[in-house]
Amino acid sequence: MAEVDETMKRLQNQKGVQGIIIVNAEGIPIKSTLDNASTVQYAGNIHQLLMKARGIVRDIDPQNDLTFLRIRSKKNEVMIAPDKDYFLIVIQNPTE
Amino acid sequence: MEIVYVYTKKRSEFGRQCNFSDRPAELHVDILPDPSLAANFTVRDPCNVTMQCAEEMSEHEVNTERFESESRGINHVEGGWPKDLNPEDMEATIRYRKKVEKDEHYQNTIMQIAGLMEHCSKQNNATDIYQDFFDDEVEEEVVEESEEEPSAKTINVFRDPNEVKRTATSLSWHPDGNHKLAVAYSSLEFQKAPNDMSFDSYIWDIENHNKPEMTLKPVCPLVCLEYNPKDSHILVGGSYNGQIAYWDTRKGSQPVEMSTIEHSHRDPVYKVIWLQSKTGMDIFSASTDGQVLWWDIRKLSEPTERLVLDPSKKWNLDNALGAISLEFETTMPTKFMVGTEQGLVVSCNRKAKTPAEKIVCTYSGHHGPIYALQRNPFFPKNFLTVADWTARIWSEDIKESSIMWTKYHMAHLLDGCWSPVRPSVFFTVKMDGTLDVWDILFKQNDPTLSLKVCDEALYSIRVQDNGRYLGCGSQLGTTTLLEISSGLCTLQKNEKALVSEMFERETKREKILESRHREMRLKERSRSEQSREDEAKDADGEESTEELVARAETEFFHMLEAEKTKERNEEKERDMEKGVCEEKDFQEEHETNGVVASFTRGEISL
Repeated sequence: MAEVDETMKRLQNQKGVQGIIIVNAEGIPIKSTLDNASTVQYAGNIHQLLMKARGIVRDIDPQNDLTFLRIRSKKNEVMIAPDKDYFLIVIQNPTE
Repeated sequence: MEIVYVYTKKRSEFGRQCNFSDRPAELHVDILPDPSLAANFTVRDPCNVTMQCAEEMSEHEVNTERFESESRGINHVEGGWPKDLNPEDMEATIRYRKKVEKDEHYQNTIMQIAGLMEHCSKQNNATDIYQDFFDDEVEEEVVEESEEEPSAKTINVFRDPNEVKRTATSLSWHPDGNHKLAVAYSSLEFQKAPNDMSFDSYIWDIENHNKPEMTLKPVCPLVCLEYNPKDSHILVGGSYNGQIAYWDTRKGSQPVEMSTIEHSHRDPVYKVIWLQSKTGMDIFSASTDGQVLWWDIRKLSEPTERLVLDPSKKWNLDNALGAISLEFETTMPTKFMVGTEQGLVVSCNRKAKTPAEKIVCTYSGHHGPIYALQRNPFFPKNFLTVADWTARIWSEDIKESSIMWTKYHMAHLLDGCWSPVRPSVFFTVKMDGTLDVWDILFKQNDPTLSLKVCDEALYSIRVQDNGRYLGCGSQLGTTTLLEISSGLCTLQKNEKALVSEMFERETKREKILESRHREMRLKERSRSEQSREDEAKDADGEESTEELVARAETEFFHMLEAEKTKERNEEKERDMEKGVCEEKDFQEEHETNGVVASFTRGEISL
């Protein structure tokens, strides 16, 4: 438990990181550093996107699997690290 | 009330009644065929008859009905919680979350993916992978773009939602963001507005062409409408009956206040402009009744100032010129210009000491009402006027004629404006529904781009502040939103210098022509004065017209007198001769009847 918290803190202290969300396979946000409304929005939308992205990768090559997803937008970058049961979302403002 | 006229005729005047009876058919004429006529015709065998054995096709036109779409959003609510858990219940959710966090599997997974994430996050901070490395190449691309063909395409068309279509007489873009367009609708044809015509004007959101975003409901149709450049919620409109009204979009569709009828204009208000003032609440309006009135929005019961456009500077309303357009440049707050119905542009000074000095000078040269008047945003000394069949560019210093003008078109030009980003580009719209884009650096004789927007006349045009989008309103209330190619809305290098050179050159040319004309006129005048002096020396004091008239009168009377005396003498002679001989009397009587008669009389007498 403590390690998890420590890792989270380390991530949070990285330069430019705006927020971290941990979501489970059902789309429920387990832990979040953002407010509830944003968390729910991110969790819901990204869950769907992740399913789609994984589906695409597997469709093209069934042996392949999604390891990481990065969405860069004008204002920030959303990084998603998926796993079988949980996924981690980090919103960072890249160096500019 | 029914007006009935009764025609009466007496039964006795009718005449005998008709008695009808049956009778069998009678053969009146029976023309038998005449075989000898057949000799005039030849038998033709075979006969050529054209036939077509192709499939019969018919042409049909189909136009789909407008597809109405609405934007809706979805509200996300939390989901995925187990059935027995109520997501609203804070305690339950926290408990659930804590349970998950204690799970071993959770901790291992998180450690793994967090490591991955850290790697990427650090990557982001190390280098900016999306940095623009080739900035200069991008500039070259821009140069290439300017060589592409100028073009414009229609982005959206906003139709008047009412059954009875009215003309879109004026457009105004929203001052910030340019996502909204306010359009004033009215019918400018005198007394042709049907009774059920709606008075509404609309504010459209550019993205949604199905329904206007907001309706403005005035008491009388609006001829012109302007957003307040400082406060984007306030709009002022001038209506067909001469009143001014202002709206606040936050307060609803009804006008917040309207000017009183006694103090308003007596004719439709054709143009209303916001003034640059500390309060940001001053406007001035112009109308064909010859007045220009200044108002403070907060107190529309009375205008703060008025100016009568009387060219003889006597403030006589009967003599006044009707104003159709106004021009005001915020960089020159004391001067403004008015375009009149008579084709004159009147330049006025607001801060003149006496009312007579308010009108500074006039520019003549147009044959018809000046529908548009605008200073070049980069060179305020030059302004564009659009009237009758031409568009002209003037310089403030030259009052006799314009420095540049387009050729006479086939259709009336109804509105025009400069592009706010390029000093050499301006737009005009015509009565046949075409939009012309003129680039005077590129071509002076013809428009650079001529586009037929619609079949009916285009009454108004307005360019957005970024110079890329323009809206034009037509006679049937259709407002078309066009986007022009980037070449026409990006400033070229040296453009300002070239345009200013061109204007200066034309101004100089006009000045030279003007001075030449003046010289010639002076010469003529001096010559005619000379000749008049010579004449005076020759004549015997016959210079004044009165003396001439008196002389003519006396001559006339003398002639009359002479005639009268001659007649009297003749009569006297006749009387004398009457006494000599009776037969001669006859002769005299018949003198008038002709020489023959007298001859016969004479013979008989003999």
